[in-house]
Amino acid sequence: MSQTAIPTSGPTPQGVGVVSKKTGVRWVPVIGLEVHCQLKTETKLFCSCRYEFGASPNTRVCPVCTAQPGALPVLNREALALAVRVAVALGANVAPRTKFDRKNYFYCDLPKGYQISQFDQPFCTGGGLTLPSGKRVRLTRIHLEEDAGKAIHDRGDTTLVDLNRAGVPLIESVTEADMQTSDEAYEYLTSLKEILQYAGASDCDMEKGSLRCDVNVSVRPEGEPWRTKVELKNLNSFKNVKDAIEHEIERQIEAYESGDKSKFPVQETRLYDATTQTTRTMRSKEDAHDYRYFPEPDLVPFHVEPAFVELQRTMLPELADARRARYQRDFGLSAYDAGVLTGSRALADFFEMVVKLSGNAKETANWITNGVLANLSDPTIAAKTVDELPFRPHDLAELVQLVTDRTIHNNVGRTVLRAMFETGKSARQIVKEQGLEQVSDEGQLEKWCREALVGKDKVIADVKAGKTKAVAALMGPVMKASKGSANPQLVQEILLRIIQTEM
Amino acid sequence: MTQTEVDIVKKTATLARLELGEAEIAKFGEQFGRILEAFQKLSKLDVSGVEPMTGATALSDVLRDDRAKPSLERERALSNGPKHDGEYFIVPKTIGGDA
Amino acid sequence: MSGFADYAKLDATALRDAVVSKRTTAAAVVEAALARIAALDPRLCAFSSVLAESARERAKELDFALARGEPAGALCGVPFALKSNMCLEGVEAHCGSKILAGYRPPYTAPFVQRLLDEGAIVVGTTHMDEFAMGSSGENSAYAVAKNPWDPARTPGGSSSGSCAAVAARMVTFSLGSDTGGSVRQPAALCGIVGFKPTYGRVTRYGLVAFGSSLDQVSPFTRSCRDMELVMSVISGADEHDSTCLPHPPIDPDRSDSVRGLRLGVPKEYFAGGLDADVRARVEAAIQQLVALGATTVPIELPHTEYAIPTYYVVATAEASSNLARYDGIRYGVRKPGDGSLQGMIAATREAGFGPEVKRRILLGTYVLSSGYYDAWYVRALKVRRLIRNDFDAAFERVDLIVCPTSPTAAFELGEKSDDPVAMYLSDVMTVPTSLAGLPAVSVPCGKVSQGGKALPVGLQIIGPSLADARVLRAARVFETATKHQSELYALDLSALEGAAR
Ligand SMILES: [Mg+2]
Ligand SMILES: [Zn+2]
Repeated sequence: MSQTAIPTSGPTPQGVGVVSKKTGVRWVPVIGLEVHCQLKTETKLFCSCRYEFGASPNTRVCPVCTAQPGALPVLNREALALAVRVAVALGANVAPRTKFDRKNYFYCDLPKGYQISQFDQPFCTGGGLTLPSGKRVRLTRIHLEEDAGKAIHDRGDTTLVDLNRAGVPLIESVTEADMQTSDEAYEYLTSLKEILQYAGASDCDMEKGSLRCDVNVSVRPEGEPWRTKVELKNLNSFKNVKDAIEHEIERQIEAYESGDKSKFPVQETRLYDATTQTTRTMRSKEDAHDYRYFPEPDLVPFHVEPAFVELQRTMLPELADARRARYQRDFGLSAYDAGVLTGSRALADFFEMVVKLSGNAKETANWITNGVLANLSDPTIAAKTVDELPFRPHDLAELVQLVTDRTIHNNVGRTVLRAMFETGKSARQIVKEQGLEQVSDEGQLEKWCREALVGKDKVIADVKAGKTKAVAALMGPVMKASKGSANPQLVQEILLRIIQTEM
Repeated sequence: MTQTEVDIVKKTATLARLELGEAEIAKFGEQFGRILEAFQKLSKLDVSGVEPMTGATALSDVLRDDRAKPSLERERALSNGPKHDGEYFIVPKTIGGDA
Repeated sequence: MSGFADYAKLDATALRDAVVSKRTTAAAVVEAALARIAALDPRLCAFSSVLAESARERAKELDFALARGEPAGALCGVPFALKSNMCLEGVEAHCGSKILAGYRPPYTAPFVQRLLDEGAIVVGTTHMDEFAMGSSGENSAYAVAKNPWDPARTPGGSSSGSCAAVAARMVTFSLGSDTGGSVRQPAALCGIVGFKPTYGRVTRYGLVAFGSSLDQVSPFTRSCRDMELVMSVISGADEHDSTCLPHPPIDPDRSDSVRGLRLGVPKEYFAGGLDADVRARVEAAIQQLVALGATTVPIELPHTEYAIPTYYVVATAEASSNLARYDGIRYGVRKPGDGSLQGMIAATREAGFGPEVKRRILLGTYVLSSGYYDAWYVRALKVRRLIRNDFDAAFERVDLIVCPTSPTAAFELGEKSDDPVAMYLSDVMTVPTSLAGLPAVSVPCGKVSQGGKALPVGLQIIGPSLADARVLRAARVFETATKHQSELYALDLSALEGAAR
C-alpha cells in the first residue's frame, strides 16, 4: 500500500518536465519514493536469531520467526535505537508514543499470515533531506517493520521458501511526492544511503537486499491537477530506479497523448524488467488488498523519551555533508577529493585516523584517493573495501611520513603500498626488507651519475648552453640504476655540478 | 438470509482464504445474520470520548537486548513441514507477491 | 509394578508429601494414574495422548533423585495433563484441529518447563474445542470429552478434557486455557477448582493463541491449596512474552480468614437466564461467606449486557489473524486445491478448520475489514474499556465480587451444538472478567439435581487486577469451611470403568 501523500495540485518549478514534441505540452512528472532499509542489528526485530546474508537456507530461524503456534514477539531495543537515530539524522519528529500493528495478508514468505508493522502511530513523521543540487525532499513518515522471508521462484516447477530473512528489522521511509526527475530520485537515494550508512544504521546494500525501493510516478500537464499514480516495484539498483522512472514517465505521457481514454494510466502496481527496460502490470487497484490493520495485541506500546532521542543524537557521527565542508575548510582539500574521501563512512573514518597519525592531511588524501582506492579496485587484490584492508591506519600514516620526509621516493612509496596490500606488513618493514630507503650518499650517487653521463654528449652540450632542464633526460637511467632509491633532488644537483664544473 | 449476508460471507471468506462450499455459505450467511443482529446492541451504546482498550495490561516499553541466541537446527525447523527438501519449504509455483 | 492405592483420594499437596516422605514412590503414583486413565478414559475421552513411557521414565528419575537425598520439587511426583494447545517439545499439540494433526512443537512452553522442573510428571494431553473455540468440547475434531458426573453431559469447554481428567481424578491437576471462561465454566460444571489469573501473570509463550489479549494459562485442581501451589510455580515474569507482567510468582496468601472482606454482589449476574437452582446454591454460598465474617455489598456492573458481543468481536478479530498462520506451508496438513499457492492455502484451511472456527474467522475478518473496522472493532474496544471501568468503580467499594460461574449446570451434549448464539450466551458470567483482564476463580459450591443426576455448581470469585492471592484465599477459606470439595471424592465412577467410548 502506498502511503505517499499526493495533493491535488502544487506549484510547478520553472522549466521542469518534458515538453512533448507532438503537442508542445509541458508534462511535469511527480515522483515519490518508498524505501525499505535493513537495520544493522545483531538479531532480528522480534526474536534472537542472528541474520546473516548468504547463510544456508532456514538455518537462522526459531519458533518466533517461523511462526510456530504459541510463539510471541519481543521488540529488539537496538532496532528502536537505530530507528530513532535515523529519525534524528533526517531531522524528523520522533513520536513520544508509538505502537505496532498487524498487516494481514497471505503469502508463502510471510509465516504468521501478517506482518508486524506500524500503521497509524509510526515512530517518526516529517523530516527530509536536501540533495546536493539544493533540492529539498520531504519525508512523510518512517516506520519500523519486520521483513518477510525469501521465496525463490526460479528453481524448477515449485517455489522454495527460506525464512532466514523473516523478521529482519526494516525501516520504511516514505517521501512526499517532491521529486520531478529521475535524477532527483537517484540523488535522493544516494543521499539517503549515505546518511544511513554514516549513522551506522544500515549498510544500504541493494545487492544484499538491505535497501529496497518502490517508486510512485504520475505526470500532469503543467499547471493542471495531479493525475493517477502508478507504483513501480522490482527495482534492483539505483540505475534501475532511474531507468524505470524515465520509462514510466514516457509511457504515461504517450498514453495521455494518444487521447484514447482506455489507454490512460490506471492506479496499479507495475513490475520493472531490467532486461527489456519496460514495466508490466502486477496488480490493479481492484485486487488491492484489504490489510485489516489492527493493533498488535502481542506487543505493548512504547514511549520514546526525549532523553533517549538525545542519546541517539549523541551517538550520531558527523555526517558526510559536514565532513566534506570541513575537509575543504580545514584541510584545504578540493571538493572532488573531499567527495571521494566521504564516499563511505568507513573510508572517511579511515582517512581521519591516518591524518591524525601522519599530521599531513593533503598528502594522506593523495595516498588514499590515488593509492589505496586504486588498489582496492584492482581485482588481483583480495581486499575490496576499507574494512578489509590488511593494514592499519598507523601503517599508512607511516608510509605518508616516509614519503614526506623523503626517506623514500614517491614512486617507491607506490611499490611499498602495493606490498602492504599483498603482505599486510608495515611500510617501514617493507622498506627495510627490500632496501628501498632513498640513497643520499654522495659517493654512491656520483657513481650512478657518471655512469649515466657516458655517451650523452647532446644533453651535456645543452646543459652547458644553459638549458639546465635537459638533465631530466638523465634522471631515468640514474633511477633505474638505483632501483628507484636515489634521492632525485641530489641526483639533479650532482649531474649539473659534474657537467658544469668538469665537462 | 438476505443476499447481502451471502455477499458478505463470500467476500469475507475470500479475504480469510476460506474456500467455502455453497451449502456452507448459505448456513454461515444465515448464522452471520443472527449473530450480527444479536450484536447490534453494541451500536446503540454511546461510546463518544471513550479510549479504546487495546490490551489487558498497562505494560509498556517491553524490550529485549540485541543479543543472539542459538537458532533451531534446520532439521527441526523443517520437521513439521508438509513438503520440504531438507533445505527449503516447498510450495506450489507462484510469482509476484507482496511487500 | 502396582499403583499407589490412595492415589485418587489425594490432592497434589498431599500426594507430593506421600512421595517425598517415601510413603509411596513417584513410579507407583504414575502407575496408579495410568491405570485410572486406562479404566475411565475410554468412556470419558479426556485424553488425546497418554505419555506412559516418558512418565514412567521421569518417575524413575525422580525416585532415584529422592533416594540420593536431592531436594524435592514443589510438585515432586504429581501427575498432570496438558491441554493440547500447549507446547511440549516433540509432543503432538493439535489444538483439537485437523489442520494441526501430527504437529509436534520444536520447543517447550516456559510454564510447562517450570512444572517439569518442580517434579510434576506430564502423563498426557487432553481433548478440547478446536483452537479453544467452544463452551462444551463438542468442537473437537478428534473426540468429545464427557462429564464424569453424567457422561451424557458436557464437562464444559473449551478445556473439556483437562477438566474431565481432574474431575475423574485421572490426574491430580491439569492446565487449561481461559479466553472467555474456558477453565472457570468447565470447573463449575465438573465440581473442581478452576482459576484464571490476572492477564499477564502467566506467560503465554507456548500457549497456542486464540485471542491474544484475553488468553491466559489457567489450571484445574482438586483443591484451592493446590491451585495456590500450581500458580506459585507457573506464574511470574517471562522474557518471551511482552505482555507477561514483571511481578514475582503469586505467593499464597498467609491469611485463613475472610473476616472483614467486602463482597460485591452484582445484580446483573442474578438476572434472567440464571437457573433457579444454581442461583439458590450460589446465594447460599454467599451466605456461608457472610457467616465466615465477610460482608456483602450490592453493586452494579451496568455494561454486563454488552460483554458477549464485545467479547465475540474482540476475540474473533484477534483469532482471525492468529489463525492466518495455518496455511499448510510450515506445519500441519496440506491440501493441494487448484495447484496455485493461494488455492492451496484456501483448500488447506477449508479442509482443516471445523465449522465453529470458520464461523469465528469469518466474523473476525469481517469486523476488521475496511468499512466495518470502526463500527465493529474499534467500537468493541471502547465498550471493553467501559466494562473494565465498571469493575474498577466496583472495586473502589468492595474487595471481591461473588457471582455464579455459569448460568446453568452441565447441559446435555448436543443441546446447543447447532445454535452458536445460545452457545455464546453460556459464557455470559465469565466473559466480562476476561475482557477486563481480572483474576477469577470457580470453586465448587454444591450440587443441583437435574434429570435425576446430581450436578455441581460453581461459585465465581472475582478480584481486582493483581489480587490473585486474595481471590484464591477467599476460595480456600470457603472450601475449607464448606467441604464441598469432598463431594468430588464421593463421586462414584465405578460405573464408567472399562466401558467403551
Ligand atoms: Mg512495508
Ligand atoms: Zn527467530
